Amino acid sequence: MTAPEPTRSQPMTVTEQAETPAGGSHEDTPLLDLLSGFIIELRQAGLPVSLTENLDAMEAVTHIPIEDRDAFKYALGATLVKNHSHWRAFEVVFEVYFSMRGDEYTLDEVVEGEGPEGEPGPPGEGSPQGGGGAMSGLTPEQLAEMLMKALMNGDQAMLRALARQAVMRYAGMEPGRPVGGTYYLYRTLRNLDLDGVLEGLMDAAREEAPEDLTPLEERLERDEFSDRIEQLKQEIEAEIRRRLVADRGVEAMARTLRKPLPEDVDFMHASREEMADLKKAIHPLTRKLAVRLVRKRRHGRKGSLDFRNTIRHSLSYGGVPAEPKFRFPRPAKPEIMVVADISGSVAAFARFTLHLVYAISGQFSKVRSFVFIDGLDEVTRFFEGVEDIGEAVHRVNTEADVVWVDGHSDYGHAFGVFWERFGRDVGPKTTVMILGDARNNYHASQSWLLKEMQHKARKVYWLNPEPRAYWDTGDSIVGEYSTHCEGTFEVRNLRQLEAFVEKLV
Amino acid sequence: MGFRFEDVDGVRRSLADANYLADDGIAGIVYLADRLGKPILVEGPAGTGKTQLAQSVAEITDARLIRLQCYEGLDESKALYEWNYKKQLLRIQASGDDSGWSEIEDDLFSEEFLLTRPLLEAIRAEDRVLLLVDEVDRLEVETEALLLEILSEYQVSIPELGTVAATQVPLVFLTSNATRELSEALKRRCLYLYIDYPDLEREREIVLAKVPGVDANLADQVARIVRSIRQLDLKKSPSVSETLDWARTLVLLGINKVDAQSATDTVNILLKYRTDIDKAVKEFADRPDDLVDDGT
Repeated sequence: MTAPEPTRSQPMTVTEQAETPAGGSHEDTPLLDLLSGFIIELRQAGLPVSLTENLDAMEAVTHIPIEDRDAFKYALGATLVKNHSHWRAFEVVFEVYFSMRGDEYTLDEVVEGEGPEGEPGPPGEGSPQGGGGAMSGLTPEQLAEMLMKALMNGDQAMLRALARQAVMRYAGMEPGRPVGGTYYLYRTLRNLDLDGVLEGLMDAAREEAPEDLTPLEERLERDEFSDRIEQLKQEIEAEIRRRLVADRGVEAMARTLRKPLPEDVDFMHASREEMADLKKAIHPLTRKLAVRLVRKRRHGRKGSLDFRNTIRHSLSYGGVPAEPKFRFPRPAKPEIMVVADISGSVAAFARFTLHLVYAISGQFSKVRSFVFIDGLDEVTRFFEGVEDIGEAVHRVNTEADVVWVDGHSDYGHAFGVFWERFGRDVGPKTTVMILGDARNNYHASQSWLLKEMQHKARKVYWLNPEPRAYWDTGDSIVGEYSTHCEGTFEVRNLRQLEAFVEKLV
Repeated sequence: MGFRFEDVDGVRRSLADANYLADDGIAGIVYLADRLGKPILVEGPAGTGKTQLAQSVAEITDARLIRLQCYEGLDESKALYEWNYKKQLLRIQASGDDSGWSEIEDDLFSEEFLLTRPLLEAIRAEDRVLLLVDEVDRLEVETEALLLEILSEYQVSIPELGTVAATQVPLVFLTSNATRELSEALKRRCLYLYIDYPDLEREREIVLAKVPGVDANLADQVARIVRSIRQLDLKKSPSVSETLDWARTLVLLGINKVDAQSATDTVNILLKYRTDIDKAVKEFADRPDDLVDDGT
């Protein structure tokens, strides 16, 4: 942690520059303090912000009118965030540090402390009832009706005001209460019943239409309304966050909101959204793998001297062999065999694994894949010529014959089946990748099979989705197996997977 | 040195005049690139107008566009400069025996024998230029290093000649389809701009601006259908350029209102994979009532 040190000294030089163009100098120093705190928080969240980028950001904000919050955000984003998958993390931290903070967000006197002039958001330009202040007198039914109307018309300003009102009314936020934002969000959303609202909107749209909606139109309407409701949810979330920041202070809030970056998300505990992001990230990774292997083949050590060709070319130099010619190296195409555990203990990882296998098989010509629990089956055919990965995964899960006795992992037996049925296909060109946690349920390890495999194959790698600290505890016998592998890797997140790909070549 | 742009809003307005509809982020970052004298790295899915942005900015700044298309195997001699060795050989032969070798040697590595390639050309240009390095992600990691000196110092070092520094700081755009992670060194030197698929309103405006003869109703419908399609789990989501192609097709066919039938007939313009098309067609035809029943 040496990096934050220069950050602290930096504001001095920038302050001088800042005063000249902007003129609003009395505010600069707190802003720059805030900025350096902001950048430290970004680093804490895992974003790789270098010193140069830090300086760039400081300079960039001097060119931007400070009151323009959007421009400010983009200026920081463009200089500090160089990877789109980090954008969400950046947004959260940005909101915590630079969201509008003021008296109107303190939790104690929410209702009274609010007048039309204290309204920081858009004042009542789109709202017939005139701002949030007037809303506190409404009954829940009236509020619901207004919400419906605002969603129907896509009235942004009104939605924002309603989101505030909903949070004040339903979230039940109390100062200093140590609960996370999700709890308040849940409470607010439960009271709003947005699913019901969506149906209501659809009904209204149907009534309004002159004739019956075609399926297509209906679908479009639905997408439109879901989109607006999604916006409302984000508004509510932001509102809750703002209030929490006001209550707890910036640093504490940023800490609670810290989430792992996409490349650090643990495969085993990924939520559904995180999983979707991961799937998207796999494809470039396998491409990289393919590119690296291919390049190795192309740029590899030159082949032996091609005598004939050298003599032929020497003729143009009067018989002097000035330009030696070499044969092109023709290394074999890599053959990959993926053997994956798909038992319950690694279920989440297994799903991810299958996607990985699918992506790999798209990049290499000779990929064979096998899955096992206590039995083992080849699943290459499911991935061949299939465009829809979801379907392939489904077929693997339903059709592959992987249960031998009880459906609990038995690595020893699975390797036995593999060796018996497919062992003859393992040759000196084959790279075997085994994916699993090596939790063998105290069955016989049969690790001699792996030793045999290592003898015949080019390389044997083991990828383990468990944290290294858990290896060889309980029924995990990864240590015993790994003595017969070229490499055993902990692969719990994309970063580690990428590191593995790098090492592979 | 004067700046090219007055303020963010000015950038957006002139881009709009050049028929490029920028959102706040895009305009803001172009403005910053001008102010800070930094290159912009533009990333995003294919067909969202990354290259078009560079072209439009060249147009509004009245600059000559110098384009370097990257590909695997691109090297120094094609990106930076090369010595014109044929001419050098001729020079040696032509001199005969009368002049001294040292004189020839000095002469051989002078600018006369230098073939400029896009990067050097952008540096040496006297007039206003805009350098576009297209699809940087196709370069190998090692070759990326070629760009580093130009991007940070706006100069090129040629061992025999010395350093050629830019007379003016050109705007530089790099585009990438994010097929691989670019090196930290490259990213650090650039401002980063991610251009995603546009939101509904912006897409509608783009269709209106770019497709002659389209009416507001149709544009709205097109934008909404495309948004719905992008929500499906597809191999390749329709890009903006494909949206425009589709809208043009609809106009040509004289369709004013898209229904399930006409959408199904023309969807192959939006989507290029068999499975994607099947999926979309199924979505068009499905009765959403089933969904309602499921939901309640």
